[in-house]
Amino acid sequence: MTPVLAVEAAGIVTIVAVVLIVAVLVVYLVAVIVQLRKITKGLDVVIARVGEIVEKSAPVNGVVTTINEQLDAGVDLLEGLLVKKAGMTDAVGLVDGLYAGAGAAGFRSFPESKDIKAPRIGEVYTKGTLTLARLGREAPIAVGNPAGPALRDVQRGSLAARLLYPEVRQTRPEALPRSPVIGAGAPVLYPPSEQRGGTTPDDEEVAEKGPWTEVAAEGIVPAELGGSDAPRDLLAEDPQLGSPVLGETTGSEEPATEGGIDPGAGDEADATTDAGPELPEGAEPDLKDAAAARRQADVESAE
Amino acid sequence: MTMWWIGDAVLFVVVPVVVYLLHGVLNAARSIVPSVEEIATTAAAGSKDLDAAALLLTTREQVIETVAGVADYGGSLDVILDDAR
Repeated sequence: MTPVLAVEAAGIVTIVAVVLIVAVLVVYLVAVIVQLRKITKGLDVVIARVGEIVEKSAPVNGVVTTINEQLDAGVDLLEGLLVKKAGMTDAVGLVDGLYAGAGAAGFRSFPESKDIKAPRIGEVYTKGTLTLARLGREAPIAVGNPAGPALRDVQRGSLAARLLYPEVRQTRPEALPRSPVIGAGAPVLYPPSEQRGGTTPDDEEVAEKGPWTEVAAEGIVPAELGGSDAPRDLLAEDPQLGSPVLGETTGSEEPATEGGIDPGAGDEADATTDAGPELPEGAEPDLKDAAAARRQADVESAE
Repeated sequence: MTMWWIGDAVLFVVVPVVVYLLHGVLNAARSIVPSVEEIATTAAAGSKDLDAAALLLTTREQVIETVAGVADYGGSLDVILDDAR
């Protein structure tokens, strides 16, 4: 009996072990299968998206190649035209004037342009000015601020070109005083005997400065004494100069220039203090330095 | 009789090893899933970004027309202006 019982016990243990192994295998393999199915499903999505990418990007290569070819042709055309019309040196200078340092890069179609030292071309390209002037156009512009308006814009080319010149009359002419009209065509004419220059002293000025100013009001040569505006019968038969050519003042207090006259401009004059070279002290004066030395009177006056 | 017990002992040694290996396979499979999902998301975004690629056809036509205009303009200037001497 004992051996039979022993065999039965060993068999039972074996069966239990096998069942346990099978159960573990089932659990884990089922879990792995579930995960693999998820992976398969995800890869299906990836494949679909990648297919879309391939489909959408298929024509890109050809399109980009065509665009590049066209742009290359455009660049070659413009560079060739610029070099042909302005010459290699001026072309490099013009480009460098527009974009500082661009001249060093040279032109793509002209490798030798890299070796050219870009000439400095100012705001106005004289050669272009002459060319367009010959064509009846406004002053052409070579260089301007890249951030500014288009220089040769079809709609506003005239104004843009004028902006490159001194800012005086081109943008705000209304703010400028009119130039004084002098001569026979002046709107207000004063007889020469009354005024030969400066202002005509009025009663207030005469009272302030004294009766001697009335002399100026009478003119240099009064008309009754044969001044230039005297009646014709008092003048010589053939006066060489008549009143119209003697000149008159404008009769206006407005300065003839936009800024007018600065009465304090001479206050800072330094000609008497700074003029001439510095002469060594104690040196024997030389005759050739006589003209350069400061006059003692000037030095004292400046002090 | 003895062989039975020896077999049982071997089984009890093998079971932990099998369990360990299966656990590793399962962990590896689980780690792949998030990666695949990220790849799918990225591919979808890439595909969406390429929606504008179709506009390159229009760009190409525009470039061709522009260069043709530049050529006409340059040709006219070539006639108008003198060459550099």
